[in-house]
Amino acid sequence: MSEIVLAVENVRAGYGTIEVLHDVSVALERGTLCAIVGANGAGKTTLLLAISAIVKKRGGTVRLNGEDVSALPAHQLVRRGLLHVPEGRRMLAQMSVEENLLVAAAVRGAAGFAAIDGLFDRFPILRTRRNVPAGALSGGEAQMLAIARALAGGPKVLLLDEPSMGLAPKLVDEIFDIVASERAAGTSMLLVEQNARRALQIADRAYVMERGRITLSGSGAELLANDAVTSAYLGA
Amino acid sequence: MASELRLVGVGVRYGGVQALDDVSLAVAPGRVLGLIGPNGAGKTTLINATTGFATLAAGSIVLGERRIDGLPPHRIARAGIARTYQNIRLFGALDVRTNLAAGAYAQAGRLSDDDARALLARAGVPDVPLAATAAALPYGDQRRLEIARALAARPTIVMLDEPAAGMNPAETARLVTTIRAIAGEGIGVLLIEHDMALVRAACDDVVVLNFGAVLARGTPAEIARNPAVIDAYLGTSGEATA
Amino acid sequence: MNLGTFYAQHSRLIDQIGINALLALSLSVSLQAGQLALAQAAFAGIAAYVSAIAAMQFGFPLAAAIAVAIAAAALAAAALAYPVRKLRGIFLAIATIGFGEIVRVVANNVDITGGAEGLSGIPNDVTTPIIYGALLLVALALVALARTKFALAVKLTREDENAARGVGVDVGMVRFASLVIGGAIAGLAGALYAHAFYFLTPTDFGFARMEQILVWCVIGGVTSPAGAVVGAVLLSILPEVIRPLADYRELTSGLILLGVILFVPNGLSMLWAKRGV
Repeated sequence: MSEIVLAVENVRAGYGTIEVLHDVSVALERGTLCAIVGANGAGKTTLLLAISAIVKKRGGTVRLNGEDVSALPAHQLVRRGLLHVPEGRRMLAQMSVEENLLVAAAVRGAAGFAAIDGLFDRFPILRTRRNVPAGALSGGEAQMLAIARALAGGPKVLLLDEPSMGLAPKLVDEIFDIVASERAAGTSMLLVEQNARRALQIADRAYVMERGRITLSGSGAELLANDAVTSAYLGA
Repeated sequence: MASELRLVGVGVRYGGVQALDDVSLAVAPGRVLGLIGPNGAGKTTLINATTGFATLAAGSIVLGERRIDGLPPHRIARAGIARTYQNIRLFGALDVRTNLAAGAYAQAGRLSDDDARALLARAGVPDVPLAATAAALPYGDQRRLEIARALAARPTIVMLDEPAAGMNPAETARLVTTIRAIAGEGIGVLLIEHDMALVRAACDDVVVLNFGAVLARGTPAEIARNPAVIDAYLGTSGEATA
Repeated sequence: MNLGTFYAQHSRLIDQIGINALLALSLSVSLQAGQLALAQAAFAGIAAYVSAIAAMQFGFPLAAAIAVAIAAAALAAAALAYPVRKLRGIFLAIATIGFGEIVRVVANNVDITGGAEGLSGIPNDVTTPIIYGALLLVALALVALARTKFALAVKLTREDENAARGVGVDVGMVRFASLVIGGAIAGLAGALYAHAFYFLTPTDFGFARMEQILVWCVIGGVTSPAGAVVGAVLLSILPEVIRPLADYRELTSGLILLGVILFVPNGLSMLWAKRGV
């Protein structure tokens, strides 16, 4: 068993009077991809937001490489290599594609800036749009930029929230290719996806969330073969 | 036809870019037309042009006998065209009841609670409380509330802009039923979507846009086999054609 | 002390409160439509001068002078509506404040308005019952308006203009109507002011006054007309109540304002508002 790079234990979180996460525990092994699937409103996005400290945790702990980071603010987590690509493709809309990448790479300093050219190689469509204001990008291009920005920060652990949402099938293929190649390169990833089938196909491990709790866990293959999962989430 | 929506040779320019180029299509009452294509192909621009939020550089848009291009958006809405938005635009701070009354603004602006519940039922969410604040509803319910708001206008044509974004396959399957039921009432539906399973199950015909122009037309099955469409949009993974 | 003596000692304040309440309502109409249109003081100033001049120079009886004044204010609002039709938010605020400055400068430099010295000896025939009668009428009219489809259109325009257009709301018409209605109410307030206090200068309805009106609405609740009135009443009384504090008046005033903003940031109307709409 390889080491646990991200350990989420008994986390609770919510908004105002509404409790969204009730005692959620997730373990991510180094160099693997872990998928989280479930219906809308199950709390998947809230879980990622709680891990990356954008939403305040009301209980539980988060350990990154063994260190307890539960109380750290979001930017400290970024400096420790925990990067979050939120759903909805938000970015610095007035700044160009290249500027967005520079901002993200700044956390790594000179090494980060040097790596930007490599990112343009991996995402050629961004190179053709490098001076376009990010707000003017189409949905697929914006999603590419969101992922490229996270990669520019040199993540050791990457949290991806619905990267394929609202994308053309062909682009969905490209996104999942990128995710797979990142995994092959050794980045540990936590992937939240509505496209449960694709996510489970590439996941090493997976969790099913329902109403703020983990209800099932297993390898990607196990969950794909599980009847309860297929009928509830894969519509089959 | 009495209440058919027809776009004829429609062209739209944004800055220096031809966002729509000689696009013609028709949405007939009781039928569902799918509009698919890569991001940036012009799908939302087409809805914006039809609803009066973008000016035509060429062509015309006709509803029934009446030319509607050039009319201000509120007139087009009153003429019987209702829509939902890619990034949900409910009146978030207002309650469900008021959002539905808003939908009915062009008709009567007032909606009985019974009528409101009937609309929610037609949109597939009969149990959403009328007093709930719209922005506080779960994501899937918000999408359906937007559909209910569109239905409140008693529209001739409904345009749905990626209504299934963020929904898992089980939820999407329920959406198919809702869409077919809307068409069954005699309303013409234009559906923009990336979820090919939804398009296949819900649409009678499909138009594929690429770079602002029509790339292909046909039934969902024909489109799925079209090599140009596969190349530009669908990709070759089993998922899109399964 | 009996009621009569109380009234005699405070009649000016009581009249001022009624007029301030009208001014607050006039701004509230625009704010409810989501428009930061800050020209109400200017509309009131225009009406005050028109009513005074109509009475003094042209011998108009009170009712006619006030009617003409309201019409003048409404017309000014209608005329202003066109050049600002594409402006929103802070830009609309600046443009309308600019209009207010133009009005003040014109009043300051034109003979018929008495220039910087203003007008005095305006026929003093507006009494407290007239002011509060007018306030009641306007309040009832607004309550009736709140039941109409127009009120829904206003709410939707405030929330999201494009989504409102998408359901058939003529947003341009809503903005125009709210500006003109607000202008008319401000005009009524200005005309009553002229004949209640019989002395008028250009600074009476300048930027300082506009700022006051805005503070009343913010304290009371930006989208609540009842809140606007409460804000106007409380803040009009406040200086009198804390007068005994002499040198500590401004400090106390500031602390009270700060307290409201910190603890009830959406305005006092939140204290009695229903949840939701």
